[in-house]
Amino acid sequence: MPPIPLHRATLSNGLRVLLVPDPSTPVVGVAVHVDVGFRSEPEGRTGFAHLFEHLMFQGSESLEKLAHFRVVQGSGGIFNGSTHQDYTDYFEVLPTAALERALFLEADRLRAPRLTEENLRNQVDVVKEEIRLNVLNRPYGGFPWILLPPVLYDTFPNAHNGYGDFSELEQASLDDAAAFFDTYYAPGNAQLTVLGDIDVDATMALIEKHFGDIPARPTPDRPSFAEPAPGAERRQAVPDAHAPLPALALGYRIPDPSTQLDDYLGHALLASVLANGEAARLQRRLVHDDGLVTDISASCGLMGSLDARDPDTFTITAVHPGSVDPDKVLLAVDEELDRLAANGPAADELARQSARWAAAQHHEDDRVMYRMLGLGARELLYGRAEIALELPQRLAAVTPQQVQAAAASLRSAGRAVLLVEPGGAADEQGEQE
Amino acid sequence: MTSVTGTTPAGHRSADEIGRTPAGPRRLPPLGVTKTVPLPDVVTRILPSGLKVLAAHRPSVPMAEIRLRIPFAAPGDTADPAHTARAELLSSTLLTGTPGRDRVAIDDELAAVGAELHVGVDPERLQVAGSGLAEGLPTVLGVLADVLTAATHPDAEIVRERERLVERIMVARAQPRTIAREALQRKRFGNHPIALEMPQAADVAAVQADEVRALHAEAVVPGGSSLVLVGDLDPEQVIAQVEQILGGWTADHPARELSPPPPLPEGEVELVHRPGAVQSQLRLSAPALRREDERYAALQLANLVLGGYFSSRLVENLREDKGYTYHANSGVEFIPGGAVLGVETDTATDVTAPALLETRYELGRVTVVPPTPEEVDAARRYAIGSLLISLDSQGGLAATLSALDADGLDVEWLRDRPVRLDAVTYEQVAEAALEFFAPTRFTGVVVADAEAVGRPLRALGGIA
Repeated sequence: MPPIPLHRATLSNGLRVLLVPDPSTPVVGVAVHVDVGFRSEPEGRTGFAHLFEHLMFQGSESLEKLAHFRVVQGSGGIFNGSTHQDYTDYFEVLPTAALERALFLEADRLRAPRLTEENLRNQVDVVKEEIRLNVLNRPYGGFPWILLPPVLYDTFPNAHNGYGDFSELEQASLDDAAAFFDTYYAPGNAQLTVLGDIDVDATMALIEKHFGDIPARPTPDRPSFAEPAPGAERRQAVPDAHAPLPALALGYRIPDPSTQLDDYLGHALLASVLANGEAARLQRRLVHDDGLVTDISASCGLMGSLDARDPDTFTITAVHPGSVDPDKVLLAVDEELDRLAANGPAADELARQSARWAAAQHHEDDRVMYRMLGLGARELLYGRAEIALELPQRLAAVTPQQVQAAAASLRSAGRAVLLVEPGGAADEQGEQE
Repeated sequence: MTSVTGTTPAGHRSADEIGRTPAGPRRLPPLGVTKTVPLPDVVTRILPSGLKVLAAHRPSVPMAEIRLRIPFAAPGDTADPAHTARAELLSSTLLTGTPGRDRVAIDDELAAVGAELHVGVDPERLQVAGSGLAEGLPTVLGVLADVLTAATHPDAEIVRERERLVERIMVARAQPRTIAREALQRKRFGNHPIALEMPQAADVAAVQADEVRALHAEAVVPGGSSLVLVGDLDPEQVIAQVEQILGGWTADHPARELSPPPPLPEGEVELVHRPGAVQSQLRLSAPALRREDERYAALQLANLVLGGYFSSRLVENLREDKGYTYHANSGVEFIPGGAVLGVETDTATDVTAPALLETRYELGRVTVVPPTPEEVDAARRYAIGSLLISLDSQGGLAATLSALDADGLDVEWLRDRPVRLDAVTYEQVAEAALEFFAPTRFTGVVVADAEAVGRPLRALGGIA
């Protein structure tokens, strides 16, 4: 395949632009990544970044409530938005004919969103239903992304629940929304990505036409969320009234991808060697040989790889029968990590995992939506969309020694251990097993 | 830490100021032109074994997608719990051993060419789906041929997968959506095999390895099955490869198709008690049309207007106006010999009855207050545009070709679809809405804390 060209520009108001022409597709993707995620939301307002994401769909100066959805879909397109640790994205994928409309829609809400009390109250209700659906009314809700961080981290930005507490969502005010928008949604704090069958100059002209007159505002200082890594194991048990089986999650700190990318990728491949596929170490040992767990997985990054700045979390999660002592699971994981820390993976074992990564990357790149979001997020977080393009080659270059070092670093540092206990154990303290 | 708080608004504009600019509201730009990118030709060949192979060249990335679909119905006319349990174990041990490869060797061989295969089974079919680097396709076909013709379902793997399956079933049945789905299937299809999507733990525990092997020998057969291959490949060449590599997969009888279930029962919605639930599942259903029916495109547009996409009456009412739910939708599900409409939403316990009321109101309204030309035209553009988007990837095209082929439709049907959608008149959409969405046609279930929601729900009527 020919190399994928990336074209960059910055408007006078500070908005960064990334254009990615691809003449092979009849559709176009438009995404705005804003440099604020749930780590930046104020104390006392947990869940606000996500709630605010919902408000950005509620209309803007030129668009009544409901108009955003209707215009995107009535132009043949799809849309969504999502809130992550360090960024919030908004995007559409549409037939190329609707490119200018998509730019218009994104510009209108970045310039003048319609923030009203009525829409705020309505979306608080909708978000509460989203949380009931994904967390409160199901087993393993928020496992591990909500439950693990408070065990591993001490500071509010890293530890708190990004979906939010109901009481704090209910207290959210219109003035909170105005302050949040003015502070974080400055054009200089956002990045626009356009990918598809586009002419670079013509598209730049359209972007200038629609976004160019958004006044510049000061961009917020990006705070450091650094905090010391735990020196020891921290353990916490939480009850889950809906869960039929216990579950556990391990959390470890990982290298900063913006300054130690190769070390980070060593951890990414460690996650694969541990848990990706039937031949992976933990699958063979814990699922099949020892029969300790029903399922096990590992991930470099709480919400995906290369999806956050520092600090971020390496997770190992498992569901296991109630008859299995969780310490036996931990012991087996530690032994497998020790083995990798002592001898590293075999070269062909690693090659198979990097082949799977490369294929997975191609698979993602085959959809305009995922390719656009991958490029846009890496550009916003690390200033280098190229990371997404280079990933297969960089992973193929990771050596067994780097994976060995990653395993050793997990074993030498503190960690979080979260135990999910089934059946609402907290309400049954009088009953001993 | 950030200095933004709710109580110190100094230094920022008010919400009112933010929502207005000196220039005022602006005009929505018109639509431009979308380049035509034709769908690739699909080369189709039925092998002597009866396996139908469909291959298409789509070189967007250096990958290939694979979808193998084997009709896999239970033998009788009524749900067969033992078959369902055996089929599930067959599915979870298909990739765990042959005379030449064990579980790890199978996965190693796939991983070396960046490939993954996943096996799934439901009352209608067994599916092996996956993807891999295009250059490794012969390797993937080799592994596939080996497991289809020689899977041993080793004793030890059966024992371990049986345990895991029991555990996974426990987890699945703790999910409200699974509870609701099982209740809805029973309500709609009674004791027909289509209703039994997940085995009982006791039936799984009773399955013996030789029963799984016998089922494999009898039911994993090429006649009536289809293999779809889409990617950076030469269709003729890949079909020749399939003929050579999968030529040894034969049987003296075709795969078993699922019989059509009886017509949906009319009548009351069943309240299923889930003690302590903080959210309720509403699932309504009525007969619909198959894709090949000439009224299908009109029904599709009527369904979009009702609840088939975000800009629908259901979402705009239940979510964006009332705040009762995070999601509400309606859609058509295809079943052997027919199709069914499904309308679903999940709502907080205390608004369950109001949400059912509004859902029935929107069903009634779309029936008697026909979709406006604006609503129909928006739905039409969405149907055509979202089809373009969904087919703009190897995986999307492969999945669509596989599903259409199971219903006897081919890529030409897909090619003509925008034209057919364009041709639908407003009257035809109104007629489809009138015929298919009347609230009294719908049966269904509500899964909820019956003690909390029972009285107001029953007061609405039509609740068993």
